Amino acid sequence: MLQITNLSATVADKPILKGLSLTINAGEVHAIMGPNGAGKSTLGYTLGGRPGYEVTGGSVAFDGADLLALAPHERAAAGLFLGFQYPVEIPGVSNLQFLREALNSQRRYHDLPPLSGGEFLKLAREKAGLLKMDMDMLKRPVNVGFSGGEKKRAEMVQMGILDPKLAILDETDSGLDIDALRICGEGINAIMRRPDKAVLLITHYQRLLDYVKPDFVHVLAGGRIVKSGGAELALELEEQGYEAVA
Amino acid sequence: MTEALPTRNAEDWRYADLAALAPLWPLADAEVVTVAAGGDYARTIVQSDGGVTRLTLVLESKAVAAVYILNAGGTYGRVEVDVTLHDGADFTLGGVQVAGAAQTMEVITTVTHAGPNAASRQMVRSVAGAAGVVSYLGKVRVERGADGTDGVQSVRAMLLDRSGQANARPELEIYADDVKCAHGCAVGELDANGLFYLAARGLGPAEAKALMLQAFIAEAFDGAGDEENLRVLAQARLEAVL
Repeated sequence: MLQITNLSATVADKPILKGLSLTINAGEVHAIMGPNGAGKSTLGYTLGGRPGYEVTGGSVAFDGADLLALAPHERAAAGLFLGFQYPVEIPGVSNLQFLREALNSQRRYHDLPPLSGGEFLKLAREKAGLLKMDMDMLKRPVNVGFSGGEKKRAEMVQMGILDPKLAILDETDSGLDIDALRICGEGINAIMRRPDKAVLLITHYQRLLDYVKPDFVHVLAGGRIVKSGGAELALELEEQGYEAVA
Repeated sequence: MTEALPTRNAEDWRYADLAALAPLWPLADAEVVTVAAGGDYARTIVQSDGGVTRLTLVLESKAVAAVYILNAGGTYGRVEVDVTLHDGADFTLGGVQVAGAAQTMEVITTVTHAGPNAASRQMVRSVAGAAGVVSYLGKVRVERGADGTDGVQSVRAMLLDRSGQANARPELEIYADDVKCAHGCAVGELDANGLFYLAARGLGPAEAKALMLQAFIAEAFDGAGDEENLRVLAQARLEAVL
Protein backbone atom coordinates (compact mmCIF):
# COMPACT_ATOMS: atom_id res chain seq x y z
CA MET A 1 0.00 0.00 0.00
CA LEU A 2 2.78 2.41 0.96
CA GLN A 3 6.30 2.06 -0.29
CA ILE A 4 8.85 4.56 0.93
CA THR A 5 12.19 4.25 -0.80
CA ASN A 6 15.31 6.02 0.33
CA LEU A 7 13.38 9.14 1.36
CA SER A 8 15.34 12.25 2.27
CA ALA A 9 13.77 15.49 3.41
CA THR A 10 14.85 18.83 4.82
CA VAL A 11 13.12 21.37 7.02
CA ALA A 12 14.48 24.91 6.69
CA ASP A 13 17.43 23.47 4.76
CA LYS A 14 18.31 21.14 7.61
CA PRO A 15 18.41 17.47 6.59
CA ILE A 16 16.06 15.47 8.83
CA LEU A 17 15.19 12.32 6.91
CA LYS A 18 18.28 10.68 5.46
CA GLY A 19 17.41 7.78 3.22
CA LEU A 20 14.44 6.24 4.99
CA SER A 21 12.86 3.12 3.52
CA LEU A 22 9.70 1.42 4.72
CA THR A 23 7.03 -0.76 3.15
CA ILE A 24 3.54 -1.06 4.60
CA ASN A 25 1.11 -3.60 3.20
CA ALA A 26 -2.66 -3.61 3.47
CA GLY A 27 -3.86 -5.18 6.71
CA GLU A 28 -0.74 -4.23 8.66
CA VAL A 29 -0.15 -2.01 11.65
CA HIS A 30 3.32 -0.52 11.93
CA ALA A 31 4.73 1.46 14.81
CA ILE A 32 7.61 3.87 14.55
CA MET A 33 9.40 4.69 17.75
CA GLY A 34 12.49 6.67 18.37
CA PRO A 35 14.21 9.31 20.45
CA ASN A 36 13.27 12.98 20.31
CA GLY A 37 14.50 14.70 17.19
CA ALA A 38 14.88 11.48 15.23
CA GLY A 39 12.53 12.67 12.49
CA LYS A 40 9.31 10.85 13.46
CA SER A 41 6.98 13.81 13.09
CA THR A 42 8.90 14.99 10.02
CA LEU A 43 8.12 11.66 8.38
CA GLY A 44 4.39 12.17 9.02
CA TYR A 45 4.38 15.75 7.78
CA THR A 46 6.48 14.92 4.72
CA LEU A 47 4.06 12.15 3.75
CA GLY A 48 1.15 14.54 4.35
CA GLY A 49 2.75 17.20 2.15
CA ARG A 50 3.12 19.97 4.69
CA PRO A 51 4.61 23.15 3.19
CA GLY A 52 8.18 23.65 4.39
CA TYR A 53 8.99 19.94 4.39
CA GLU A 54 11.05 19.54 1.29
CA VAL A 55 11.77 16.17 -0.26
CA THR A 56 15.35 16.08 -1.49
CA GLY A 57 15.56 12.45 -2.56
CA GLY A 58 13.81 9.12 -2.80
CA SER A 59 10.24 8.23 -3.67
CA VAL A 60 6.92 7.32 -2.06
CA ALA A 61 4.37 5.16 -3.81
CA PHE A 62 0.84 5.02 -2.39
CA ASP A 63 -1.31 2.36 -4.00
CA GLY A 64 1.11 2.44 -6.89
CA ALA A 65 0.77 6.21 -7.50
CA ASP A 66 3.43 8.83 -6.83
CA LEU A 67 2.30 10.29 -3.51
CA LEU A 68 4.80 13.14 -3.60
CA ALA A 69 3.32 14.51 -6.82
CA LEU A 70 -0.04 15.16 -5.10
CA ALA A 71 -1.11 18.30 -3.22
CA PRO A 72 -1.97 17.74 0.47
CA HIS A 73 -5.75 17.68 -0.13
CA GLU A 74 -5.29 15.23 -2.99
CA ARG A 75 -3.28 12.93 -0.72
CA ALA A 76 -6.20 13.02 1.73
CA ALA A 77 -8.66 12.25 -1.05
CA ALA A 78 -6.41 9.41 -2.21
CA GLY A 79 -6.93 7.82 1.22
CA LEU A 80 -4.17 9.14 3.45
CA PHE A 81 -5.17 10.38 6.90
CA LEU A 82 -2.67 12.27 9.02
CA GLY A 83 -3.57 12.39 12.70
CA PHE A 84 -2.11 15.52 14.27
CA GLN A 85 -0.16 15.64 17.48
CA TYR A 86 -1.61 19.11 18.00
CA PRO A 87 -4.99 19.37 16.25
CA VAL A 88 -5.77 22.94 15.20
CA GLU A 89 -8.62 24.98 16.69
CA ILE A 90 -11.01 26.63 14.24
CA PRO A 91 -13.44 28.98 16.01
CA GLY A 92 -16.77 29.66 14.35
CA VAL A 93 -16.73 26.46 12.27
CA SER A 94 -18.52 23.44 13.71
CA ASN A 95 -17.00 19.97 13.55
CA LEU A 96 -20.02 18.84 11.57
CA GLN A 97 -19.70 21.56 8.94
CA PHE A 98 -15.95 21.01 8.66
CA LEU A 99 -16.24 17.25 8.31
CA ARG A 100 -19.13 17.36 5.90
CA GLU A 101 -17.22 19.77 3.65
CA ALA A 102 -14.07 17.68 3.94
CA LEU A 103 -15.87 14.44 3.14
CA ASN A 104 -17.79 15.92 0.23
CA SER A 105 -14.62 17.49 -1.10
CA GLN A 106 -12.97 14.05 -1.07
CA ARG A 107 -16.04 12.54 -2.73
CA ARG A 108 -15.97 15.19 -5.44
CA TYR A 109 -12.35 14.23 -6.12
CA HIS A 110 -13.59 10.73 -6.93
CA ASP A 111 -16.57 12.01 -8.95
CA LEU A 112 -19.00 10.83 -6.29
CA PRO A 113 -22.12 12.86 -5.40
CA PRO A 114 -22.07 14.70 -2.06
CA LEU A 115 -23.72 13.09 0.96
CA SER A 116 -26.99 14.70 1.97
CA GLY A 117 -27.28 16.31 5.39
CA GLY A 118 -29.23 13.32 6.70
CA GLU A 119 -26.82 10.73 5.35
CA PHE A 120 -23.88 12.65 6.77
CA LEU A 121 -25.44 13.01 10.23
CA LYS A 122 -26.15 9.29 10.37
CA LEU A 123 -22.51 8.55 9.54
CA ALA A 124 -21.23 11.12 12.03
CA ARG A 125 -23.45 9.73 14.79
CA GLU A 126 -22.21 6.21 14.18
CA LYS A 127 -18.52 7.19 14.24
CA ALA A 128 -18.93 9.48 17.26
CA GLY A 129 -20.53 6.52 19.02
CA LEU A 130 -17.47 4.37 18.35
CA LEU A 131 -15.33 6.94 20.16
CA LYS A 132 -17.95 7.51 22.86
CA MET A 133 -18.16 11.14 21.85
CA ASP A 134 -21.36 13.07 22.39
CA MET A 135 -22.96 14.49 19.22
CA ASP A 136 -23.18 17.85 20.99
CA MET A 137 -19.39 17.97 20.92
CA LEU A 138 -19.50 17.74 17.13
CA LYS A 139 -21.83 20.72 16.96
CA ARG A 140 -19.20 22.82 18.69
CA PRO A 141 -16.42 24.65 16.83
CA VAL A 142 -13.52 22.47 15.71
CA ASN A 143 -11.33 21.67 18.73
CA VAL A 144 -12.17 24.96 20.48
CA GLY A 145 -12.29 24.43 24.23
CA PHE A 146 -11.60 20.70 23.82
CA SER A 147 -9.25 19.09 26.32
CA GLY A 148 -6.16 17.31 24.98
CA GLY A 149 -7.96 13.99 25.20
CA GLU A 150 -11.10 15.30 23.51
CA LYS A 151 -9.05 16.65 20.62
CA LYS A 152 -7.50 13.25 20.02
CA ARG A 153 -10.86 11.54 20.20
CA ALA A 154 -12.23 14.10 17.76
CA GLU A 155 -9.34 13.21 15.44
CA MET A 156 -10.39 9.58 15.61
CA VAL A 157 -14.01 10.52 14.84
CA GLN A 158 -12.72 12.44 11.81
CA MET A 159 -10.78 9.36 10.76
CA GLY A 160 -13.90 7.24 11.09
CA ILE A 161 -15.95 9.59 8.96
CA LEU A 162 -13.33 10.13 6.27
CA ASP A 163 -12.61 6.38 6.12
CA PRO A 164 -9.00 6.47 4.87
CA LYS A 165 -6.96 3.55 3.53
CA LEU A 166 -3.87 4.49 5.48
CA ALA A 167 -3.75 6.37 8.76
CA ILE A 168 -0.51 7.93 9.96
CA LEU A 169 -1.11 8.80 13.59
CA ASP A 170 1.43 11.17 15.10
CA GLU A 171 1.56 10.72 18.87
CA THR A 172 -2.14 10.17 19.13
CA ASP A 173 -1.43 8.85 22.63
CA SER A 174 0.12 12.05 23.97
CA GLY A 175 -2.04 13.94 26.40
CA LEU A 176 -4.42 11.05 26.93
CA ASP A 177 -5.48 9.69 30.30
CA ILE A 178 -5.86 5.94 30.75
CA ASP A 179 -9.53 5.77 29.77
CA ALA A 180 -9.11 8.04 26.74
CA LEU A 181 -6.10 5.97 25.65
CA ARG A 182 -8.20 2.80 25.73
CA ILE A 183 -11.08 4.47 23.87
CA CYS A 184 -8.76 5.83 21.18
CA GLY A 185 -7.00 2.47 20.87
CA GLU A 186 -10.29 0.64 20.48
CA GLY A 187 -11.40 3.29 17.97
CA ILE A 188 -8.29 2.77 15.87
CA ASN A 189 -8.89 -0.98 15.89
CA ALA A 190 -12.56 -0.65 15.00
CA ILE A 191 -11.96 1.77 12.15
CA MET A 192 -8.62 0.68 10.73
CA ARG A 193 -7.97 -2.96 11.67
CA ARG A 194 -9.21 -4.32 8.36
CA PRO A 195 -7.60 -6.30 5.58
CA ASP A 196 -7.86 -3.38 3.15
CA LYS A 197 -6.44 -0.72 5.50
CA ALA A 198 -3.16 0.01 7.22
CA VAL A 199 -1.88 2.11 10.11
CA LEU A 200 1.42 3.78 10.88
CA LEU A 201 1.62 4.75 14.54
CA ILE A 202 4.24 7.29 15.53
CA THR A 203 4.77 7.07 19.24
CA HIS A 204 7.22 7.47 22.08
CA TYR A 205 5.66 4.91 24.34
CA GLN A 206 4.61 1.32 24.48
CA ARG A 207 1.28 2.08 26.17
CA LEU A 208 -0.80 2.73 23.00
CA LEU A 209 0.63 -0.49 21.57
CA ASP A 210 -1.04 -2.41 24.41
CA TYR A 211 -4.34 -1.58 22.72
CA VAL A 212 -3.31 -1.43 19.07
CA LYS A 213 -1.02 -4.41 18.59
CA PRO A 214 1.56 -3.62 15.92
CA ASP A 215 2.64 -6.24 13.40
CA PHE A 216 5.95 -4.43 12.98
CA VAL A 217 7.92 -2.03 15.12
CA HIS A 218 10.65 0.19 13.71
CA VAL A 219 13.20 2.35 15.42
CA LEU A 220 13.82 5.68 13.73
CA ALA A 221 17.07 7.39 14.63
CA GLY A 222 19.13 9.93 12.75
CA GLY A 223 16.60 10.12 9.94
CA ARG A 224 16.61 6.43 9.07
CA ILE A 225 15.06 3.17 10.20
CA VAL A 226 17.86 1.59 12.21
CA LYS A 227 16.09 -1.49 13.48
CA SER A 228 12.87 -3.37 12.72
CA GLY A 229 11.15 -6.18 14.53
CA GLY A 230 7.84 -7.49 15.81
CA ALA A 231 5.70 -6.23 18.68
CA GLU A 232 8.31 -7.52 21.15
CA LEU A 233 10.77 -4.84 19.97
CA ALA A 234 8.61 -2.14 21.55
CA LEU A 235 8.77 -3.94 24.90
CA GLU A 236 12.53 -4.28 24.62
CA LEU A 237 12.83 -0.56 23.90
CA GLU A 238 10.62 0.28 26.84
CA GLU A 239 12.83 -1.78 29.14
CA GLN A 240 16.26 -0.98 27.83
CA GLY A 241 15.98 2.37 26.02
CA TYR A 242 16.88 3.32 22.47
CA GLU A 243 20.60 3.42 22.97
CA ALA A 244 20.86 -0.16 24.14
CA VAL A 245 18.58 -1.60 21.47
CA ALA A 246 19.23 0.43 18.35
CA MET B 1 -19.20 78.30 0.57
CA THR B 2 -19.06 74.55 0.42
CA GLU B 3 -16.68 72.71 2.68
CA ALA B 4 -13.41 71.76 1.00
CA LEU B 5 -12.68 68.14 0.22
CA PRO B 6 -10.49 66.61 2.95
CA THR B 7 -6.82 66.00 2.27
CA ARG B 8 -4.57 63.20 3.52
CA ASN B 9 -3.42 65.52 6.26
CA ALA B 10 -6.79 65.07 7.92
CA GLU B 11 -6.31 62.07 10.23
CA ASP B 12 -9.82 60.78 9.72
CA TRP B 13 -9.38 60.69 5.96
CA ARG B 14 -5.80 59.51 5.79
CA TYR B 15 -6.52 56.21 4.08
CA ALA B 16 -9.69 57.22 2.24
CA ASP B 17 -10.05 56.99 -1.52
CA LEU B 18 -10.21 60.75 -2.08
CA ALA B 19 -10.88 60.42 -5.80
CA ALA B 20 -13.91 58.27 -5.07
CA LEU B 21 -14.96 60.63 -2.30
CA ALA B 22 -14.94 63.76 -4.51
CA PRO B 23 -18.21 63.11 -6.37
CA LEU B 24 -19.94 62.34 -3.02
CA TRP B 25 -18.77 65.62 -1.51
CA PRO B 26 -20.15 67.52 0.40
CA LEU B 27 -21.56 64.72 2.53
CA ALA B 28 -24.98 64.80 4.05
CA ASP B 29 -25.07 65.27 7.81
CA ALA B 30 -25.03 62.16 9.95
CA GLU B 31 -28.30 60.55 10.90
CA VAL B 32 -28.76 61.24 14.61
CA VAL B 33 -30.51 58.75 16.83
CA THR B 34 -31.09 59.37 20.50
CA VAL B 35 -31.90 56.30 22.57
CA ALA B 36 -33.93 57.36 25.59
CA ALA B 37 -32.99 56.36 29.12
CA GLY B 38 -33.38 52.61 29.59
CA GLY B 39 -34.19 52.16 25.90
CA ASP B 40 -33.00 49.55 23.46
CA TYR B 41 -31.71 50.07 19.94
CA ALA B 42 -30.28 47.80 17.27
CA ARG B 43 -29.11 48.65 13.81
CA THR B 44 -27.56 46.73 10.95
CA ILE B 45 -25.68 48.57 8.23
CA VAL B 46 -24.95 46.61 5.08
CA GLN B 47 -22.90 48.73 2.73
CA SER B 48 -23.09 46.91 -0.58
CA ASP B 49 -22.66 49.45 -3.37
CA GLY B 50 -20.31 52.12 -2.12
CA GLY B 51 -20.78 55.46 -0.47
CA VAL B 52 -20.52 57.01 2.96
CA THR B 53 -22.88 56.10 5.81
CA ARG B 54 -22.80 58.28 8.92
CA LEU B 55 -24.62 57.46 12.11
CA THR B 56 -24.55 59.38 15.37
CA LEU B 57 -25.97 57.69 18.46
CA VAL B 58 -26.66 59.29 21.80
CA LEU B 59 -27.31 56.74 24.53
CA GLU B 60 -29.00 58.24 27.52
CA SER B 61 -28.78 56.72 30.99
CA LYS B 62 -28.80 52.89 30.89
CA ALA B 63 -29.72 52.79 27.22
CA VAL B 64 -28.47 49.75 25.29
CA ALA B 65 -27.48 49.82 21.63
CA ALA B 66 -25.90 47.41 19.18
CA VAL B 67 -24.68 48.22 15.69
CA TYR B 68 -23.57 45.57 13.19
CA ILE B 69 -21.77 46.55 10.02
CA LEU B 70 -20.93 44.70 6.84
CA ASN B 71 -18.88 47.06 4.71
CA ALA B 72 -18.03 45.30 1.49
CA GLY B 73 -19.43 46.82 -1.70
CA GLY B 74 -18.51 49.44 -4.27
CA THR B 75 -15.12 50.97 -4.94
CA TYR B 76 -15.26 53.12 -1.83
CA GLY B 77 -17.28 52.30 1.25
CA ARG B 78 -17.04 54.22 4.48
CA VAL B 79 -19.12 53.76 7.60
CA GLU B 80 -18.80 56.31 10.39
CA VAL B 81 -20.36 55.66 13.77
CA ASP B 82 -20.19 58.25 16.52
CA VAL B 83 -21.56 57.18 19.88
CA THR B 84 -21.93 59.05 23.14
CA LEU B 85 -22.68 56.99 26.25
CA HIS B 86 -24.22 58.48 29.32
CA ASP B 87 -24.49 57.00 32.80
CA GLY B 88 -24.62 53.18 32.66
CA ALA B 89 -25.24 52.95 28.93
CA ASP B 90 -24.09 49.92 26.94
CA PHE B 91 -22.85 49.84 23.36
CA THR B 92 -21.84 46.91 21.14
CA LEU B 93 -20.34 47.21 17.70
CA GLY B 94 -19.57 44.26 15.44
CA GLY B 95 -18.08 45.04 12.08
CA VAL B 96 -16.77 43.09 9.13
CA GLN B 97 -15.27 44.67 6.08
CA VAL B 98 -13.99 43.03 2.95
CA ALA B 99 -12.10 44.68 0.12
CA GLY B 100 -10.99 43.09 -3.11
CA ALA B 101 -9.15 44.60 -6.07
CA ALA B 102 -9.70 48.36 -6.46
CA GLN B 103 -11.87 48.55 -3.34
CA THR B 104 -11.26 50.77 -0.34
CA MET B 105 -13.36 50.00 2.74
CA GLU B 106 -13.17 51.84 6.01
CA VAL B 107 -14.96 51.92 9.33
CA ILE B 108 -14.49 54.90 11.61
CA THR B 109 -15.83 54.84 15.14
CA THR B 110 -15.74 57.47 17.84
CA VAL B 111 -17.05 56.24 21.18
CA THR B 112 -17.31 58.82 23.92
CA HIS B 113 -17.92 57.72 27.48
CA ALA B 114 -19.51 60.89 28.83
CA GLY B 115 -21.06 59.41 31.98
CA PRO B 116 -19.86 56.85 34.55
CA ASN B 117 -20.30 53.07 34.50
CA ALA B 118 -20.97 52.75 30.80
CA ALA B 119 -19.63 49.83 28.76
CA SER B 120 -18.62 49.63 25.12
CA ARG B 121 -17.41 46.63 23.15
CA GLN B 122 -16.20 46.96 19.59
CA MET B 123 -15.05 44.12 17.41
CA VAL B 124 -13.92 44.77 13.86
CA ARG B 125 -12.62 42.16 11.45
CA SER B 126 -11.21 43.35 8.15
CA VAL B 127 -10.12 41.29 5.17
CA ALA B 128 -8.12 42.62 2.23
CA GLY B 129 -7.75 40.58 -0.94
CA ALA B 130 -5.28 41.38 -3.71
CA ALA B 131 -5.00 45.17 -4.15
CA GLY B 132 -7.78 45.83 -1.65
CA VAL B 133 -7.56 48.40 1.14
CA VAL B 134 -9.28 48.07 4.53
CA SER B 135 -8.94 50.61 7.31
CA TYR B 136 -10.30 50.93 10.79
CA LEU B 137 -9.91 54.09 12.80
CA GLY B 138 -11.45 53.83 16.23
CA LYS B 139 -11.27 56.22 19.09
CA VAL B 140 -12.53 55.60 22.59
CA ARG B 141 -12.69 58.78 24.63
CA VAL B 142 -13.36 58.64 28.35
CA GLU B 143 -14.31 62.02 29.75
CA ARG B 144 -13.48 63.39 33.14
CA GLY B 145 -15.85 61.87 35.69
CA ALA B 146 -16.71 58.85 33.53
CA ASP B 147 -15.43 56.50 36.22
CA GLY B 148 -16.29 52.83 36.05
CA THR B 149 -15.98 52.89 32.27
CA ASP B 150 -15.43 49.51 30.64
CA GLY B 151 -14.25 49.87 27.06
CA VAL B 152 -13.01 47.08 24.81
CA GLN B 153 -11.75 47.28 21.25
CA SER B 154 -10.76 44.16 19.37
CA VAL B 155 -9.34 44.93 15.96
CA ARG B 156 -7.97 42.35 13.58
CA ALA B 157 -7.17 42.42 9.90
CA MET B 158 -6.28 39.68 7.46
CA LEU B 159 -4.26 40.11 4.30
CA LEU B 160 -4.99 37.47 1.68
CA ASP B 161 -2.33 38.76 -0.66
CA ARG B 162 0.84 40.78 -0.31
CA SER B 163 -0.68 43.49 -2.51
CA GLY B 164 -3.53 44.11 -0.05
CA GLN B 165 -3.35 46.81 2.57
CA ALA B 166 -4.79 46.92 6.08
CA ASN B 167 -4.64 49.99 8.28
CA ALA B 168 -5.75 49.94 11.88
CA ARG B 169 -5.62 52.68 14.44
CA PRO B 170 -7.31 51.94 17.73
CA GLU B 171 -7.00 54.95 20.04
CA LEU B 172 -7.69 55.56 23.69
CA GLU B 173 -8.07 58.99 25.19
CA ILE B 174 -8.74 58.82 28.91
CA TYR B 175 -9.44 61.66 31.30
CA ALA B 176 -10.96 59.65 34.17
CA ASP B 177 -9.12 57.60 36.80
CA ASP B 178 -11.18 54.53 37.52
CA VAL B 179 -11.38 53.05 34.05
CA LYS B 180 -11.00 49.66 32.42
CA CYS B 181 -10.05 49.95 28.78
CA ALA B 182 -8.52 47.28 26.59
CA HIS B 183 -7.58 47.31 22.99
CA GLY B 184 -5.99 44.66 20.88
CA CYS B 185 -4.90 45.05 17.30
CA ALA B 186 -3.35 42.59 14.89
CA VAL B 187 -2.75 42.35 11.17
CA GLY B 188 -1.87 38.96 9.80
CA GLU B 189 -2.17 36.29 7.17
CA LEU B 190 -4.17 33.09 7.19
CA ASP B 191 -2.51 30.61 9.55
CA ALA B 192 -0.42 28.17 7.51
CA ASN B 193 -0.81 25.52 10.20
CA GLY B 194 -4.60 25.76 10.03
CA LEU B 195 -4.63 25.66 6.25
CA PHE B 196 -2.50 22.51 6.24
CA TYR B 197 -4.79 20.90 8.82
CA LEU B 198 -7.81 21.52 6.58
CA ALA B 199 -5.92 20.34 3.49
CA ALA B 200 -4.93 17.16 5.32
CA ARG B 201 -8.64 16.45 5.73
CA GLY B 202 -9.27 16.85 2.02
CA LEU B 203 -10.28 20.49 1.59
CA GLY B 204 -8.86 22.19 -1.49
CA PRO B 205 -6.95 25.47 -1.14
CA ALA B 206 -9.94 27.78 -1.83
CA GLU B 207 -12.29 25.79 0.41
CA ALA B 208 -9.74 25.77 3.21
CA LYS B 209 -9.24 29.53 2.98
CA ALA B 210 -12.99 30.14 2.96
CA LEU B 211 -13.37 28.11 6.17
CA MET B 212 -10.48 29.93 7.83
CA LEU B 213 -12.08 33.26 6.93
CA GLN B 214 -15.42 32.10 8.28
CA ALA B 215 -13.57 31.39 11.51
CA PHE B 216 -11.83 34.78 11.37
CA ILE B 217 -15.04 36.81 11.26
CA ALA B 218 -17.01 34.38 13.42
CA GLU B 219 -17.49 36.46 16.53
CA ALA B 220 -18.18 39.84 14.92
CA PHE B 221 -21.87 39.16 14.31
CA ASP B 222 -22.53 37.36 17.60
CA GLY B 223 -25.83 38.55 18.99
CA ALA B 224 -27.05 40.32 15.84
CA GLY B 225 -30.74 39.82 15.18
CA ASP B 226 -30.04 38.85 11.57
CA GLU B 227 -26.79 37.08 12.41
CA GLU B 228 -27.27 34.25 9.94
CA ASN B 229 -28.08 36.57 7.06
CA LEU B 230 -25.04 38.73 7.82
CA ARG B 231 -22.79 35.68 7.93
CA VAL B 232 -24.07 34.46 4.58
CA LEU B 233 -23.62 37.87 2.94
CA ALA B 234 -20.14 38.26 4.42
CA GLN B 235 -19.10 34.75 3.40
CA ALA B 236 -20.15 35.40 -0.19
CA ARG B 237 -18.01 38.54 -0.29
CA LEU B 238 -15.08 36.71 1.32
CA GLU B 239 -15.22 33.91 -1.21
CA ALA B 240 -15.34 36.50 -4.00
CA VAL B 241 -12.04 38.10 -2.94
CA LEU B 242 -10.11 34.87 -2.36
